[in-house]
Amino acid sequence: MTETGIINISLAILFLPLLGFIVTLLLGKKIKSIYLFEVFILTVTLFAAIFVAFIKLSYYVDDRIIAEIQWFKLSETISIKLGFLIDNMTVIMLFVVALISALVHYFSIAYMKDDPRYNRYFAYLGIFTFSMNGIVLTNNILMMYIFWELVGLSSYLLIGFWFEKKSASDAGKKAFIVNRVGDIGMFAGILILFLTYNTFSFESIFHSIAAGKLPFNSDFWLTMTGILLFMGAIGKSAQFPLHVWLPDAMEGPTPVSALIHAATMVAAGVYLTIRIFGLLTADAMMFIAIIGMLSAFIPATIALTQNDIKKVLAYSTVSQLGYMVMALGIGAYKFTFFHLVAHAFFKACLFLGSGSVIYAMHHEQDIRNMGGLRKKLPLTYATFLIATLAISGIPLTSGFHSKDGILASSFAFGSLTGNWIFAIVGFLVALMTAFYMFRLVIITFHGQPRDQHKYEHAKESPFVMVMPLIVLAGLSIFIFYTPNPLNADEGWFISKWLPAPVLSAPNNTRFDFMQETAGAVTHNPSHGTITYSESYTEAMHGAHNPAMILALVLALSGMLLAYIFYQWKKINVDKLTQAIKPLYTFSLNKWYFDELYDKTFVAGTIGFSKLIGWFDAKIVDGIINGAGNLTRLLSVFTGAFDRIVIDGIVNFAAYLSGFIGLIFRRIQTGKVQTYLILVIFSIIILLFLFND
Amino acid sequence: MNNFPILSFLTFLPILGMIIVLFLPKKQELSIKVTTLVITGLQLVLSIVLLMNFNYSAGGINDPNSFQFIEKFRWIDIPGFSWIGNIKIDYFLGVDGLSTPLVLLTAIITFIATLSSWNIDKSIKGYFIMFLLLDTGMMGVFVALDFFLFYIFWELMLLPMYFLIGIWGGPRKEYAAIKFFLYTLFGSIFILLVMIGLYFSSMETLVDGTKVFTFNLLTIMDPNNYTPYGILSPLNPNNLRLIAYIALFIGFAIKIPMFPFHTWLPDAHVEAPTAISVILAGVLLKMGTYGILRVSYPIFPEITMSLSWFIALFGMINIIYGALAAMAQKDFKKLIAYSSISHMGYVLLGMSALNTMGISGAILQMFNHGTITAMLFLIVGVIYDRAHTRDLDAFGGLGVQMPAYTGFVTIAFFAAIGLPGLSGFISEALVFLGAFGSGTTRILGIISTLGILLGAAYMLWTLQRVFLGKLNEKWKSLPDLTAREYFMLVPLTAIVIFLGVYPTPMLDLMNASVNSMVKFINNAQVFYSSLNSF
Repeated sequence: MTETGIINISLAILFLPLLGFIVTLLLGKKIKSIYLFEVFILTVTLFAAIFVAFIKLSYYVDDRIIAEIQWFKLSETISIKLGFLIDNMTVIMLFVVALISALVHYFSIAYMKDDPRYNRYFAYLGIFTFSMNGIVLTNNILMMYIFWELVGLSSYLLIGFWFEKKSASDAGKKAFIVNRVGDIGMFAGILILFLTYNTFSFESIFHSIAAGKLPFNSDFWLTMTGILLFMGAIGKSAQFPLHVWLPDAMEGPTPVSALIHAATMVAAGVYLTIRIFGLLTADAMMFIAIIGMLSAFIPATIALTQNDIKKVLAYSTVSQLGYMVMALGIGAYKFTFFHLVAHAFFKACLFLGSGSVIYAMHHEQDIRNMGGLRKKLPLTYATFLIATLAISGIPLTSGFHSKDGILASSFAFGSLTGNWIFAIVGFLVALMTAFYMFRLVIITFHGQPRDQHKYEHAKESPFVMVMPLIVLAGLSIFIFYTPNPLNADEGWFISKWLPAPVLSAPNNTRFDFMQETAGAVTHNPSHGTITYSESYTEAMHGAHNPAMILALVLALSGMLLAYIFYQWKKINVDKLTQAIKPLYTFSLNKWYFDELYDKTFVAGTIGFSKLIGWFDAKIVDGIINGAGNLTRLLSVFTGAFDRIVIDGIVNFAAYLSGFIGLIFRRIQTGKVQTYLILVIFSIIILLFLFND
Repeated sequence: MNNFPILSFLTFLPILGMIIVLFLPKKQELSIKVTTLVITGLQLVLSIVLLMNFNYSAGGINDPNSFQFIEKFRWIDIPGFSWIGNIKIDYFLGVDGLSTPLVLLTAIITFIATLSSWNIDKSIKGYFIMFLLLDTGMMGVFVALDFFLFYIFWELMLLPMYFLIGIWGGPRKEYAAIKFFLYTLFGSIFILLVMIGLYFSSMETLVDGTKVFTFNLLTIMDPNNYTPYGILSPLNPNNLRLIAYIALFIGFAIKIPMFPFHTWLPDAHVEAPTAISVILAGVLLKMGTYGILRVSYPIFPEITMSLSWFIALFGMINIIYGALAAMAQKDFKKLIAYSSISHMGYVLLGMSALNTMGISGAILQMFNHGTITAMLFLIVGVIYDRAHTRDLDAFGGLGVQMPAYTGFVTIAFFAAIGLPGLSGFISEALVFLGAFGSGTTRILGIISTLGILLGAAYMLWTLQRVFLGKLNEKWKSLPDLTAREYFMLVPLTAIVIFLGVYPTPMLDLMNASVNSMVKFINNAQVFYSSLNSF
């Protein structure tokens, strides 16, 4: 298998789902079982992705394969290219996307069975997979933006899939528009990059930056470029303050929530930030870390009180994505990607598990009507529990390693820079996560059924739905990533597959520990590979054990608290919520973000548009109509003037001559005698006058 | 091929059709329609022949030698006319990369509009006579290279358009028709004045060495032909070039239409029959921006450069103001009309950048807007034919009732929003890249990106109000698309998707001209600034 072979298979992985989309959409009405074609296509795609990942990771593990073609050109110097960048992250992500997508396809066969637009649903899954693969494979920022928007479209179509419901069509619209807010920033960043480097390719841009070429020749604009590009991630990864669309997106069918709004699409933002990591300055990273921190914390507090099974998971998704973003901001590059992958599996498992529950409960989503389901849905329960252990960061799971890595990095970041806020919030969120996730498990699966009728009719989901759960729960176990259950650094995932990031931002704009010169620690560090500098590696090593122990203690405490509250009922939850009512209401109402945005941005824009509409109709057009009316009025005046004055003068002249005529007519008697007398008189007068 | 007067055929074929229709009996409705369809179909074929024989490396713009399919002969020749001297006016046609995309657009849109006119039921003969006359006027504008001829075609469009709106229009058709007519005529006066001013400022040297005043656009563009004393000659220290530029710009801007001269458009659209709306938005609006690029830019390059910020400003206002105004509308067609204003703003913004990307984006956006907006108006027509209302709040849930129709609507709407993969994205992206690439227009370009957001907002809101949600019981019996409607929408959809995925054919068509234009304007700047120094 040559590199060209890898590129060709990647092309197939990219375009097969598109083919599935087109065929399924166009033939959906005519052939009832055409969805099987889409399922088949995805299965093929999955095998291709596994194959490519295997080849790449076994034989080309250190290579970055790049292929470019010209898309169009405008002049000799301006040509726009499309291309692939296939590194280890690419193939791992391709596998993640293809696997979860394929599993979601299988799951949906049963879950969506009675839907009248069954085939169209599968077609939409196809275009989503296509768009996501495009983001994963691209080597340039413009192509990323293109597929970024296509992912937005797929998300719009799938969130609003049950568009007869107003709430669903609202949610789809909201998702698209909120995402566009971030996209504008990202687009502005792209404009700056192209203006400066005359290319969209990540590789060439990093080369130029490393060679000292900066946007508008200033560090500030390099920082701004990073932040603007990251704004795209704020939208797509549902980061504060644009996180509001994600919980609403739960209006879509549950398998879609698993695929798009938990495992893959929302991961695109993090993936983008990983791709542009090399150009981020310390200031930009600080901004990213703060956004991530807020996004980890705020949704975690909201998840504590939600009663809709999908809403809890939605907020936990935002929170976990916040973790990843924060981790990137503090330089935990490898662990961010690790958590991205681990989270994709266990969160897909959780969402599909919730889908299985909802399916069994006949579309009941309120956990207050559930309870005791572990007896009815043993497999769903077991897999859900494994995924919950993973997200809580309990040992032997993937989440334990990835989360521990992030927390250790925040610890190291604190010791290196003296800034401990990220570590504090990180550990606090770990506690909350374990609590609300076990709250969810206990209320849903443990205890006594609260709705006896629904409970009795509940039964374990069919094989096509349970099988994906088992696969995903299996992938949440540590062994796929590292042989050492306590240390991921030694595993192939971290040490072999993920190379250290290539930094290109100027040295003086980086964090101290990321500078090339920040090396020298007195003794020779022998712990693992050096990511940035020896001092960083040293700090990470120092942070590893304390962070791991603290994280474990907090996760277990969160778990324990959940048991005390909801399983053993040692503390009356209702009384407690009464006691902290304002806080409880604040959390239950999601910090009132939606209300705030509705009252300000939405109402403001609509109000302003109404004002413009009025201005246009009354003022702008009013002036035009006014000018028209004025002309008409003027014409009336002119008409009157013409009739009265001009014509009046003419008529008057005629009248006058008539009048004069009338007078002089008297003289014209026609009698010779009179004329004779007048002649004589005249002569006498003339004689007098000229008689000098 | 070389001697075949393809441009004349393109332009006057409709006149031939008009004469045939004129002699057809009134009762022969089908043969009248078929004649028109055949004529516009032939025109489409001719335009494709033109495209296939087009030389992609010839720049055109200001260079008479690199224009293609030139037809030129003395048309009016009055020796020794009073104090004016010899009047010599040429019949001068030719195309370059700026006009060819628009010739193609005109042919496509007219053909589809003919199909869309199939359900006209009032005095069919008169309608198609006017329709064909309009076709000649539009085509003529895009191929004329003599200002006088250009102006004649420009004015020629007015008359049929007036009747097409005024007779076959909606309830307020008289108001809309008069408003359209007077407004455009008002603009034409400015164009006429500048045309006459330019005539007396530039002289062409004939073969025998004598010099005569000229309307030849390419001759006027060459600064060496200016007379020292002409009122619009840069050699004249007291010249009125700035005022003339603004006047000419207003004349063209009314057609675009540019804020604040845009209010005729919503009225005209709302009242015009669907086919005429399609032509109006698809082709007529482009004449404004085409006029600026064809006439104003190369003749007044120095003023273009100094006023480019203002052009960008008006582009920005169009984009944002049009989008906000669209959001406030309750009438489906009016909303689309305002969206046109917004989208034409991108053309203005792109051309104000005066660089390759901006101008490429502007011309491409002209073509793309032509096809996308034609789809949008056809879409409105489809629903109006069935429901006899355009009130956005009267619908809901049509997605269930008319799935195929909704599919086309979704594609057209997302194309208008600028979704990648559809043609609108490429041109908008190029416009923004261009505007950002020029220091003058950078900030305005950035502010204009708000249009991306607002566009998504009002389009998706409309989509939701009309097509999503529960089906309004009142519309339970609305049929989905008919074969004729498929026939109109499918080709446009194909173009929109094709150019979204692979814009190369269209861009290659205009690259040489765009680059000539950019080079010419930037080089001319040197010449004109040297003039100012003495």
